[in-house]
Amino acid sequence: MTDTTLLRASGVCKRYGSGDGLVRAVDGVDLEVAPGETLSIMGPSGCGKSTLLHILGGLDRPSDGQVWLAGNRLDKMGERGLARLRRDAVGFVFQAFHLMDELTAIENVELPALLAGHSPRAARRRATELLDQTGLADRAKFLPTALSGGQRQRVAIARALANEPLVVLADEPTGNLDSEATLDVLRLFDSLHQTGQTLIIVTHNSRIAATADRLISMRDGVFVDQTRLTGGSTGSLGALAGLEG
Amino acid sequence: MRQEIVLAMLAKEPSHGYELRARLGQALGPLGDDMNAGQIYVTLARLEKAGLVTCERSAGLADRPDRKVYELTAAGQQRVAGWLAEVSWPRPDLAEFHLKLVAAAAGKLADPLAIVDAQRRELLRRLSEAQRAAIAEPAASTAGLLLEGIVLRLQADLRWLEACERNWTGRKESKQ
Repeated sequence: MTDTTLLRASGVCKRYGSGDGLVRAVDGVDLEVAPGETLSIMGPSGCGKSTLLHILGGLDRPSDGQVWLAGNRLDKMGERGLARLRRDAVGFVFQAFHLMDELTAIENVELPALLAGHSPRAARRRATELLDQTGLADRAKFLPTALSGGQRQRVAIARALANEPLVVLADEPTGNLDSEATLDVLRLFDSLHQTGQTLIIVTHNSRIAATADRLISMRDGVFVDQTRLTGGSTGSLGALAGLEG
Repeated sequence: MRQEIVLAMLAKEPSHGYELRARLGQALGPLGDDMNAGQIYVTLARLEKAGLVTCERSAGLADRPDRKVYELTAAGQQRVAGWLAEVSWPRPDLAEFHLKLVAAAAGKLADPLAIVDAQRRELLRRLSEAQRAAIAEPAASTAGLLLEGIVLRLQADLRWLEACERNWTGRKESKQ
């Protein structure tokens, strides 16, 4: 592994079942992600992208292949080590938010820091900062049920950042959001990108996917195409709107 | 740019050329950046010749073009009204791409799926660019709405490419 790689997967496979019922959800994936890079993985539902994301974040183990995160080999790691690594080094964002409904926004955000052994004061300070950064300072004391979908997702993103993770993994982060809330989440991801946060987004929404530096298309468990998006397109923006000259 | 757009920008009140440019710039945001300023004056001169606008020099000022104030004539107002009532919509050029895939497959000239992939990469780069510009616009920006239109159109085109991909994958598999 080179110094410029934060996350590396090599020959990763995930199989379910056997014989005629064998499903190859992920079928031999190689991937390297540089620190500060934003990557999207796009593909139809059932293409294996969520399974792959879970493997990259240590939520699931590959049937075959290796996964390295910042020098740690995840696929061979014990349960306790893996749990610690997930808590300290990975931030997860899910389609269905997965907030604790009985905790307020700020309590949800500070929870990972408390679990990591930070003092309540330090955890609260960090959570306050993060809610401020996600534009939710005035919603800190609200229960998730009193928040809109977009606000809940922003709380979930703040929570994912609580322990300053090496990488944020987002699984269909805007799947449950309307276009206005989607744009808010996009702005937030964009500002994270600007601060150098490494981010991997799995989505079937081309709009979310297009915010990344690099986009991978996945089909039937394999990568079928890769595009670098930062190079710019051939025409001008004006031409796209029908303006000429 | 269509003459009618320049005319319509004058409908609010008699204006200097630079005021027209500012109005267009505000409505277009980053899309107006490569707008050719000289073209507005050329268009205004044509409109004047056609009797759709009149032009008066502000008194006591030098004969610089920006000192001219343009105003719609009755005919100009009628033209603007007609333009607003006109139901026009740009025609998307889908048939050409569709026929490209058909021809590539029929003549075994190229893999239709490779053509779809190349097209998708280009559209995604455009989407990425439009998306970045949209994020950079403040929430209340008028130009943001235009960028949103570009984004939504590109998303629709990308969905169509998905349908093309399914179709040509299916045909390839059924032949094997």
